[in-house]
Amino acid sequence: MIETRPTPDIAAAPPADPPATPRPSLPVRATESGAASALPPRVALSARKFNLYYGTNQALRAVSLELPAHSVSAIIGPSGCGKSTLLRSFNRMNDLIPGVRTEGVVQVGDVNVFAPATDVVELRRRVGMVFQRPNPFPKSIFENVAFGLRLLGLRNRGEIEARVERSLLQAALWTEVRDRLERPALQLSGGQQQRLCIARCLAVEPDVVLMDEPASALDPTATARIEELILELKARYTIVVVTHNMQQAARVSDRTAFMLNGELIEIGETRALFTRPGKKLTEDYITGRFG
Amino acid sequence: MSRVRPEDLRPLRLGGPSPARRAVDRASVVAAHLAALLVLVPVALIVWHLLAHGLAGINLDFFLHMPAPVGEAGGGMANAIVGTLMLVGIAAAIAVPVGVGAGLFLAEHGGGRFATLVRYTADVLSGVPSIVVGVATYGLVVVPMGRFSALAGGIALAILMLPVIVRSTEEVVRLVPQSYRQAALALGAPHWKVVQQVVLPAASAGIATASLLALSRAAGETAPLLFTALGNRFWSTALDQPIASLPVFIFDYARAPYADWNRQAWAGALVLLTLVALVSGLLRATTRRIVR
Repeated sequence: MIETRPTPDIAAAPPADPPATPRPSLPVRATESGAASALPPRVALSARKFNLYYGTNQALRAVSLELPAHSVSAIIGPSGCGKSTLLRSFNRMNDLIPGVRTEGVVQVGDVNVFAPATDVVELRRRVGMVFQRPNPFPKSIFENVAFGLRLLGLRNRGEIEARVERSLLQAALWTEVRDRLERPALQLSGGQQQRLCIARCLAVEPDVVLMDEPASALDPTATARIEELILELKARYTIVVVTHNMQQAARVSDRTAFMLNGELIEIGETRALFTRPGKKLTEDYITGRFG
Repeated sequence: MSRVRPEDLRPLRLGGPSPARRAVDRASVVAAHLAALLVLVPVALIVWHLLAHGLAGINLDFFLHMPAPVGEAGGGMANAIVGTLMLVGIAAAIAVPVGVGAGLFLAEHGGGRFATLVRYTADVLSGVPSIVVGVATYGLVVVPMGRFSALAGGIALAILMLPVIVRSTEEVVRLVPQSYRQAALALGAPHWKVVQQVVLPAASAGIATASLLALSRAAGETAPLLFTALGNRFWSTALDQPIASLPVFIFDYARAPYADWNRQAWAGALVLLTLVALVSGLLRATTRRIVR
């Protein structure tokens, strides 16, 4: 592991391809009274000596790391290195795969994720997830975002509408869909669908947002919008992004973790990792010598 | 086989297919078209026959009146039409909830030994001849109740519908993309909520199609009703009494030695076919709307 002095946030560099229309700059935060108290709790993630097995195949080997609150962490590495598996350990989506076994500790805030007493349903509400392929439900745009709210037992139509609007604003989709909320979500473009999935995730007010290659199925323009969105969201959420795309990791993240064959090779402040990698393996990977 | 060295290979002659191959191609196309045409023949024959013989017997009396006593002309099949609707209704009320529930179980928790047993049983059940189902229902329902009844007929039809609904529900539920389930689970939905809110709505069109298909097949069954609902020349809508039905009515009237009854049997067949066609038309219209 490498420790470096803090450097300015290179992630603030503007994306190459700016969006065609100006977006509202999160009026939600401005309109909320007591902006400071409205901020969600600062929840950091960590793993200590974490092993994960799929049957007899060990997918994660003694992974230990800390991902700070209200910042963007990127996990990079070649296919099959365990980066998605690590991401899915934070909301226990790996539980769905038969034969999964874990050792060690994963923590979300003060919650021990794999403790027997942990309520998985509550954990997943606090730790939202955006998937590689946009996966809106075959329902209307409105119902997609309202889904999680109804799940939480919200019945008041007015409150649901307000929360749907706020989530769509946060996901920078509101201006594009405000007059067609009842249309099927599957009619939206790929990039819009992915932002809808982000809105759906934000609607239940998670503390953490996990993103599993959120832009890999999108074109460059849509990718730029998602990246911009990630930067806007980190003020309120702890964000972890798994990506194949090293430029993307460099653009959006504050910290980057490099994984290989189930092991965490190196984690550090993003600019330092990309400019002065501490390990030979990291340098070989980011310079394109393998992977 | 002697090995040909790659450097000895001559260029392939890239001519068109030989005349023989062209002929085979033509013949295949013609044969396929003929086969497709043959599929239409039975349907066309049935419809033409029913219209030719049955149309004469169709009038308002046929729908509104009771069967006339022997020797008297006229009368209708009002009781049989209502009876068939009731029997099919009872059968659907039993088979749809049970079948959809079992199909969901197989799709969502279908890994275990019990699921394999259920699946195997459903497959065996779908192969049981309908008359055997009728006899079994006679033993299981009619004998304990002490009489033939609408309920027994409905149960017999439900048993026939069940395997179709179970297996088709399982299949359409499995077709619901895994990504929907993951999205719902990641939002903190418990499994039963995922099934109720996401999986079932996504599969509803397929489930409706399967149920209506099973229903329209059951509507035409005669054999299982002979030992269960029996038939009734009088008006009855009581669940615990024998009830008339179109198939049994047709069966009786077609064998009768009276020309008037024979004509009414044709008319009954035409009505039954129209009912079934209406159901499947409705089915197509609704599923197209839901899918879109």
